[in-house]
Amino acid sequence: MRYSGLKVITEGLFGNKGWRPAWRDPAPKAEYDAIIIGGGGHGLSTAYYLAKNHGMTNIAVLEKGYLGSGNIGRNTTIVRANYFLPGNSEFYSHSLKLWEGLEGELNYNVMHSQRGLINLFHSDGQRDAFVRRGNSMINQGDDAILLDREGVREHLPYLDFDNTRFPIYGGLLHPRGGTARHDAVAWGYARGADKRGVDLIQNCEVTGIDVENGRVIGVQTTRGAIRAKKVGIVVAGRSSQVAAMAGMRLPIESHILQAFVTEGLKPVINHVVSFGMGHFYISQSDKGGLVFGGDLDFYASYAARGNLPMVEHVMEAGMTLMPMIGRAKVLRSWGGIMDMSPDGSPIIDKTHIDGLFIDCGWNYGGFKAVPASGWCMAHLMATGESHAVARRFKLNRFATGHILDEEGTGSQHNLH
Amino acid sequence: MRLNCPHCGPRDRREFYYYGSADYLNRPAADAALQAWDDYLHNRDNPAGVTQDLWYHEQGCTAWLKVKRNTVTHEILSVEPVAGGAA
Ligand SMILES: Cc1cc2nc3c(=O)[nH]c(=O)nc-3n(C[C@H](O)[C@H](O)[C@H](O)COP(=O)(O)OP(=O)(O)OC[C@H]3O[C@@H](n4cnc5c(N)ncnc54)[C@H](O)[C@@H]3O)c2cc1C
Ligand SMILES: [Zn+2]
Repeated sequence: MRYSGLKVITEGLFGNKGWRPAWRDPAPKAEYDAIIIGGGGHGLSTAYYLAKNHGMTNIAVLEKGYLGSGNIGRNTTIVRANYFLPGNSEFYSHSLKLWEGLEGELNYNVMHSQRGLINLFHSDGQRDAFVRRGNSMINQGDDAILLDREGVREHLPYLDFDNTRFPIYGGLLHPRGGTARHDAVAWGYARGADKRGVDLIQNCEVTGIDVENGRVIGVQTTRGAIRAKKVGIVVAGRSSQVAAMAGMRLPIESHILQAFVTEGLKPVINHVVSFGMGHFYISQSDKGGLVFGGDLDFYASYAARGNLPMVEHVMEAGMTLMPMIGRAKVLRSWGGIMDMSPDGSPIIDKTHIDGLFIDCGWNYGGFKAVPASGWCMAHLMATGESHAVARRFKLNRFATGHILDEEGTGSQHNLH
Repeated sequence: MRLNCPHCGPRDRREFYYYGSADYLNRPAADAALQAWDDYLHNRDNPAGVTQDLWYHEQGCTAWLKVKRNTVTHEILSVEPVAGGAA
């Protein structure tokens, strides 16, 4: 079924009786050409591009819960291409271009809103770093505009400009940055993959990976054994557990990141704004809620629930930056499990087992990467070669010293 | 979350700095193989369940502590000093 404005109107006139489920609910077959473990954003986009770009349609996505039950439905939806390092820069640039055509591509409203992202800076040194970052964005073909203090005031008149600890010197505006509807991205890719014949199998937890003579031959699941000569591990926060089933020990530590949303308000914050106190950032959802967050809780955790000190810190940062939000009531807070890599950059690579591939290490930034990660993981699984824009996302780069430390803080899990 | 520092008693999480897995206590010899150093610095069991990690009582006694805790439930099972503690 194709979605369109006309379809919405006709269905509305006739009692909305014509809508059909957006994807099938198939039972697992005994064998597939390829299996993707994990039905989050990255697993679903991988399946979609395997089918679309590489003609591999006899494939399945195995999801232990329901589609989109992981981080894809828990993030704060920022989409941007303002990376600095070669390796990251071309990858996120590719991803943003895919975002820009995604709604037409998927025939699905993912509510991609390029409202502009402003990263504030608070010292001369920070300004220099942002000038450099902006130049590398422009070199990559993306957009960046340096704003001085008055330039920021034009966009964000409601900030406290006289803060003494974090005075606002200016900001780097990335006009094509913005947000999208997180669930919709998962649903759009799921529907597109299903339409091309991909089996999306829910309530199917992978419990073992079968390897014979150094080659993967299939997986064990709560719904029986399933054979496949190619298997992709795409399970974000659970990467260490699933990789351990194949005897691997990953350079990943799982951490918790919290986020918050207020009651719905009239439009008041038109951009995505980030602040130098912690990692505080904020935007306003289309429903009107202020969506914001900050740093990790900074200890290894699988509890999808954080601790109060970080709640307090995030609220303080918000009040410091824009005191006007102090009257808004926080409706909900939640946490998600982040697959932190030592250098803060992802991994899309083969493993030492033939036919077994891994896509992980998305840290707190994997939402914007959903299209390009699927594109590159599909390329890798279909051709056996890394895609040009993901060629530095190697699993062994920590051993070889080719780290991608975007923040320049060091190669250690708790530093990003 | 509170950690029961053996020197200072139960203290708020805010007083502590988390460093990482207790793997950091098993430093390889200077001439150990590259793989041993990679494992030591980067690769982790990262368990969903009981783990042991290192915390620094930065705003208290400044001792390094080995903490055994559950990463799923936030339960703290034991806290002991690294120096002079049972290995
Ligand atoms: C609070 C918060 C805010 C964030 N904000 C942003 C942001 O603003 N911008 C941004 O770019 N990124 C953001 N992120 C990061 C982003 O959400 C993640 O990096 C990304 O969603 C991870 O990839 P995924 O969607 O595939 O993960 P998930 O949706 O977690 O998918 C993994 C799936 O694997 C399944 N699985 C696990 N184990 C098994 C198994 N054994 N068998 C079968 N299935 C299994 C899980 O059930 C899950 O559905 C944020 C994250 C959080 C938590
Ligand atoms: Zn102490």
